[in-house]
Amino acid sequence: MSQFSSSFWDFYISIIVLVSVIACGVFLKMQSVRKVAGDSTETTGHTWDEDLGEYNNPLPRWWMWLFYITIVFALVYLALYPGLGSWKGLLGWSEVGQLKQEEARADALYGPIFDKYAKEDLVALAKDPRALAIGQKLFLNNCAQCHASDGGGSRGFPNLTDNDWLYGGEPKTIEQTITNGRNGVMPPWGPVLGAEGVKDAAAYVISLSGGAADSIRVARGREIFAKNCFACHGADAKGNHAIGAPNLTDKTWLYGGGEPTIIETITKGRQGHMPAWKGTLSPAKIHLLAAYVYSLSHGAPPGQ
Amino acid sequence: MAQPSLKVITKEQQGSGESVEQALYEVRRKIYPRAVRGWFAAWRWALVWATQLLFYGGAWLTWNGRQAVLFEIAQRKFYIFGLVFWPQDIIYLTVLLVIAALSLFLFTAIAGRLWCGYACPQTVYTEIFLWVEKLIEGDRAKRIRLDRSGLSLEKFLRKGAKHAVWIALALWTGFTFVGYFTPIRALWHDVWSASTGPWATFWILFYGFATYGNAGWMREQVCKYMCPYARFQSAMFDRDTLIITYDPERGEPRGPRARNIDYRAKGLGDCVDCGVCVQVCPTGIDIRNGLQYECIGCAACIDGCNQVMDKMGYSRGLIRYSTEHAMENKLGRAEMFRRVFRPRSLIYIAILVGIVVAAGVSLALRVPLKLDVIRDRAAIAREVAGGEIENVYRLQIINTTEKARRFEISVSGLHDIHLAGPAEVEVGAASSLVEPLKARVHAEREHLTPGTYRIEFEVRALDDKRVKAEEKSVFIVR
Repeated sequence: MSQFSSSFWDFYISIIVLVSVIACGVFLKMQSVRKVAGDSTETTGHTWDEDLGEYNNPLPRWWMWLFYITIVFALVYLALYPGLGSWKGLLGWSEVGQLKQEEARADALYGPIFDKYAKEDLVALAKDPRALAIGQKLFLNNCAQCHASDGGGSRGFPNLTDNDWLYGGEPKTIEQTITNGRNGVMPPWGPVLGAEGVKDAAAYVISLSGGAADSIRVARGREIFAKNCFACHGADAKGNHAIGAPNLTDKTWLYGGGEPTIIETITKGRQGHMPAWKGTLSPAKIHLLAAYVYSLSHGAPPGQ
Repeated sequence: MAQPSLKVITKEQQGSGESVEQALYEVRRKIYPRAVRGWFAAWRWALVWATQLLFYGGAWLTWNGRQAVLFEIAQRKFYIFGLVFWPQDIIYLTVLLVIAALSLFLFTAIAGRLWCGYACPQTVYTEIFLWVEKLIEGDRAKRIRLDRSGLSLEKFLRKGAKHAVWIALALWTGFTFVGYFTPIRALWHDVWSASTGPWATFWILFYGFATYGNAGWMREQVCKYMCPYARFQSAMFDRDTLIITYDPERGEPRGPRARNIDYRAKGLGDCVDCGVCVQVCPTGIDIRNGLQYECIGCAACIDGCNQVMDKMGYSRGLIRYSTEHAMENKLGRAEMFRRVFRPRSLIYIAILVGIVVAAGVSLALRVPLKLDVIRDRAAIAREVAGGEIENVYRLQIINTTEKARRFEISVSGLHDIHLAGPAEVEVGAASSLVEPLKARVHAEREHLTPGTYRIEFEVRALDDKRVKAEEKSVFIVR
């Protein structure tokens, strides 16, 4: 009721509701019996078009009682449940309360199942078909939107099936990534390096993974890399799991490995965001999910 | 009671007399239908037996090691002997309802409320409950006397026994009904160990209460006030519809008489005004007032009147199935029955036959496999090693047979499109499988500009080439 500034509306609603319910009862009583002219008791007493009357075809008495029952029902309901302004109802029922109750019931029912898995070793779980089946369901509901339903990822969203990791593929690390999320930031180098500098750096990056590139640009790019990029990607360009800097010497590309894409990446930088799931999923569920993700790059995924 | 809703009131009647209180709700007058024997009563009992053997017994039949007829709502699978229906087969339910509705139209056009009189659960259970009532309390006269008598041990015992049997029957009915929606054998054990779930318990009691209340207490009130069909049936009647008719020309003027006198000389008709036709009527009407909306077409009055006619030595059929047309034009039986095959009924029959044949053919040709392709929405297209573009799909494959099957999956519609990974899956008996699949296309083709391409998945059973399903989808290149 916070949207209403005064208690006037509580009274307004309560009075309208109560008066309506009681008026229904009063009208019902009034309409159950009627006075008619003595010699026309078989008709309802109305006359239309000068000589047209209506026979009294009464409804059964039990039908009338059904009407009264609805009135009693309405009053009992209004006493038990919130329906009259700010009246909370004798049962103290609320939608939020019901949700909480159902959640508690579900926890009591399914909690032990998850707890059992939560205690097991993640690598062992990654071989347990039943645990993986649960993990797959969790994955399809929560992760597939970005990482695709096979875990293969998409442009900007890492492939989870190739055992190539930005932040490390240890069971603990995967669990931590899911729990707390990750923010991968590649700063924009366009303003620092200038258009030509960016092209040189791109040529060097392409050459790192064995791609064909102009050797003069590669040489210039190597210097730029040694001055600017090594801090994150490492002197050998093999990346850094601690900050999620990708390995540039392999053929795995998060945003694409074509020259135009690499130039865009260096010029504008990249912002990668993996949300934290700790508020949404319980630790036991994250544990199962991590086991499933681990299984994607360690042996056959489930269902095969 | 039975009367039209409007009346012409003359000027003299208007506004005269004193005012009188008039109740607009009437107290129910209890009806004590008298038991009756005869051709139509035998037919009704035959149908009571047929429908109830089917209902009470059907739930216990087994087929393929499971309940033969089971509408398993929890699993969303509906078994009818060899057929397994899924929610996707809702069209067959629609067809069944259309067939039921058209059959109703046909029967009603030909012979009035046959459904009401012989097969409706309300009639059938009322008939059974009346039989119990007669067994314990006696026939009409005894029941009236028992109700009017004061409290006594005998009354208490008889009433108690009647209600006990009624409640037992009603609970059995509720139990059987629920047994069509959850396996009845397991339910039986649950009932005896008092461990039925809250919903099963609720529905058993609910349907038990509905049976007890409707067949024991409400009876004709259901037909008169609650059933919509009673009110719209007249739209299906025409002048050639066979309805239960009193022959006033033969019967009137009615009146009591000694058995062996020449009543015609005294100016009397065939109706002896014994009131049997009213006493046997389960809705408490007098058929001699003509066709009324309360008449459920049970023909008890025909059986009752024929018994009296036999006793009097008069010919049968003072009350009989006849048509408005036949009564007016004095048509013979042959002429009357020939009119059953009039355009209205022929059209109903033609439509019915058409739908039944179409449904039968469709059922016979039904492929026991369903396929749905769900394309990953967010992960639109990705580049994979080797310069190929990959799209991800999830295929839901539903095997509607009761044995596990292996299926082969293929994709077509775009040059050199192929599946990455295994293309064979096994789907368990009467279950579904969601299979993530990757379709790939070589991206370096010059004509493959970014855009959307139509493709088609095909799933084919390895053991039966006829069992296959196709489903369209799209492949996105960017």
